[in-house]
Amino acid sequence: MKKHTISLLVDNEPGVLSRVVGLFSGRGFNIESLCVAETLDPSTSRITLVTLGDDAIAEQIKKQLNKLINVIKLYDLTGTEFVNREMALIKVRAQSEHRAEILRIVDIFRCKVVDVGPDHYTIEVTGTADKLAAILGLLKPMGVKEIARTGAIALSREGRHKKSQGGGPNS
Amino acid sequence: MKTLTGAQIIMAVLKEEGVDTIFGYPGGVVIDIFDELARTDIKHILVRHEQGAAHAADGYARAKGGVGVCLVTSGPGATNTVSGLASAYMDSIPIVVLTGQVPTKLIGNDAFQEVDIVGITRPCTKHNYLVKRTEDLVRVLKEAFHIARSGRPGPVLVDLPKDVTQGKARYDPLPEPRMASYNPTYKPHVRQLQRAIDLIRQAEKPVIFSGGGVILSGATKELTLFARALKAPVTASLMGLGSFPGTDPQWLGMLGMHGTYRANMAIGACDLLIGIGVRFDDRVTGKVEAFAPHAKIIHIDIDPTSISKNIPVTVPIVGDCKTALSQLNRLLKEQKVKFTQKNRKPWFEQIEKWKKTKPLRYDQQDTIKPQYVVEKLYEMTKGKAIITTEVGQNQMWAAQYYHFERPNCFITSGGLGCMGFGLPAAIGAQVACPDRLVVDIAGDGSIQMNIQELATAVQYRLPVKVVILNNRYLGMVRQWQQLFYERRYAATDMQYAPDFSKLAEAYGALGLKATKPEEVVPTLKQGLESPGPAIMDFWVDREECVYPMVPAGAALTEMLLV
Repeated sequence: MKKHTISLLVDNEPGVLSRVVGLFSGRGFNIESLCVAETLDPSTSRITLVTLGDDAIAEQIKKQLNKLINVIKLYDLTGTEFVNREMALIKVRAQSEHRAEILRIVDIFRCKVVDVGPDHYTIEVTGTADKLAAILGLLKPMGVKEIARTGAIALSREGRHKKSQGGGPNS
Repeated sequence: MKTLTGAQIIMAVLKEEGVDTIFGYPGGVVIDIFDELARTDIKHILVRHEQGAAHAADGYARAKGGVGVCLVTSGPGATNTVSGLASAYMDSIPIVVLTGQVPTKLIGNDAFQEVDIVGITRPCTKHNYLVKRTEDLVRVLKEAFHIARSGRPGPVLVDLPKDVTQGKARYDPLPEPRMASYNPTYKPHVRQLQRAIDLIRQAEKPVIFSGGGVILSGATKELTLFARALKAPVTASLMGLGSFPGTDPQWLGMLGMHGTYRANMAIGACDLLIGIGVRFDDRVTGKVEAFAPHAKIIHIDIDPTSISKNIPVTVPIVGDCKTALSQLNRLLKEQKVKFTQKNRKPWFEQIEKWKKTKPLRYDQQDTIKPQYVVEKLYEMTKGKAIITTEVGQNQMWAAQYYHFERPNCFITSGGLGCMGFGLPAAIGAQVACPDRLVVDIAGDGSIQMNIQELATAVQYRLPVKVVILNNRYLGMVRQWQQLFYERRYAATDMQYAPDFSKLAEAYGALGLKATKPEEVVPTLKQGLESPGPAIMDFWVDREECVYPMVPAGAALTEMLLV
């Protein structure tokens, strides 16, 4: 089992996300995370999704996605050089004895405090999944009240994508 | 440039697409479309249930080799087509289903006869659309037909809100659509073709395995040439029957769960398997790990998702079967790859041995054997009828004992296995081919699932013939219960059925019944020679089983035999 980060350019139309998600649930594939937003061209959206599976399953996922009429292009970023970011908003309990410590962690991880209350900080953190896991590990003992996080978004490093192998044009 | 109503635009595009028949059923939100339809010369066949309309469009598409069209209302009209869509999707049959929808303003309000049919059918259509503006109708309908018939064909649904069909827009005919995100691969990769040739050159015990894709791409001639060049035996999936002549000396019979002994044994022994337009469905492979264990596999299919999905292959060839086969035939010639009868002698001797030891057989007794009925039907029609089937034992006996010579003559719900398919599909096939003899081989269970379509056949004077192999059981499930559930026949005894011959008469068709073997031929003769639709009810041996049988999950070579 391996993580695969797949980036899809799709028609920006109602129902397209549902086709993508329905394919995963209908065929018993995994979705670890999923992010969708419009691209510079308002007629297309980019979906970044992270999925788990062995090579054969990943291959089948890519082929099936490519087969969807609304999928314009598919890039499998796995095994290529790519930039990968997630974001989280963490509302952490901030009792007076912990306030300085939390701010030190924020500083070390280059996060931002985006909201302050008498007994909490809300911290904005971006980074890879590892970084988010690390800071959460440190903040948990103080008491994390709430957390909201995105899935991964990713782009290839070289400004040109490696075309997914075997994904092939749809039929 | 004209301004037309949505309903008029729909008719204009249907005409452009060459549609001559629609199978449909009206309802509140599609009155405008039916109103326009009645003003055109497009024939409308009023079915008695929308599932019948979808299956009829399927049967029409297969017999004709074109796109079948179906028009139904919103809500229940639309949901009733779902089985038909799913069946066409599994078997890659090009149909376009037009469904009415409540006015756009009401969508999402739980309006009367509203259902999210686009949501419901997303996983069982090749693609579907909800049209929100009259201006989009031409583009969407053109795309729908284009998607349905190109690449790996399949069903497309277009949902048409009432106000969209009533609104007006300019009508400009559009050329064949070009879609950035949809571009099927027809031309196979040259290097993969060469790799295939290299494997073919070395093979001593090759087997060609042909499927529905060969029929869909019109590649049967190319397949025959290919088989002749290789001097290789040919087997087929259920969907591939008719892609290679069923009486040819190179023919092995069908493969799989109820395939012939020699076909299944040949898969177990071959050193090269060439799958063409197939998808290695579980009914064909049996236990995947034991499938073609000694073989390198070449797989030709237009759908890349079919390749290495169930069976890992040595040489994948993505492309149209017809194009791929003609290129392979050309390469074989250019590179002078030739085989003689002598090359293949040991292989064919082995096959002959299998054929002799375990042929398809049944024991004739004093009850009618269902196989006997199909065999006689085959003889009396000289193998020239279009055969549709229901699902279950009737379907398997039809596949085993009717030897199909040509493509588009065997119309069955293969992938979905949808009972109730045969009669409406026969109606569709008869509309497509008015001069052919069309016979539905049915069981007493499945014929009751869409028997109401007999009224459609009578109304439109469609002389379809229904041969019921009546064992008063849901026979295939009963067979499993007999073999694997110690004869506990839970819920499969169906003695409470109408007298089908009387029922046929009530519908205005000819009804015949046979209970003894000597009545089989006269009954078939009378039914087949009568001018109109007929039901022939054959009371067959109640506990006859379909053999050979590969139990679910067993290897192909582990067959139960008579």
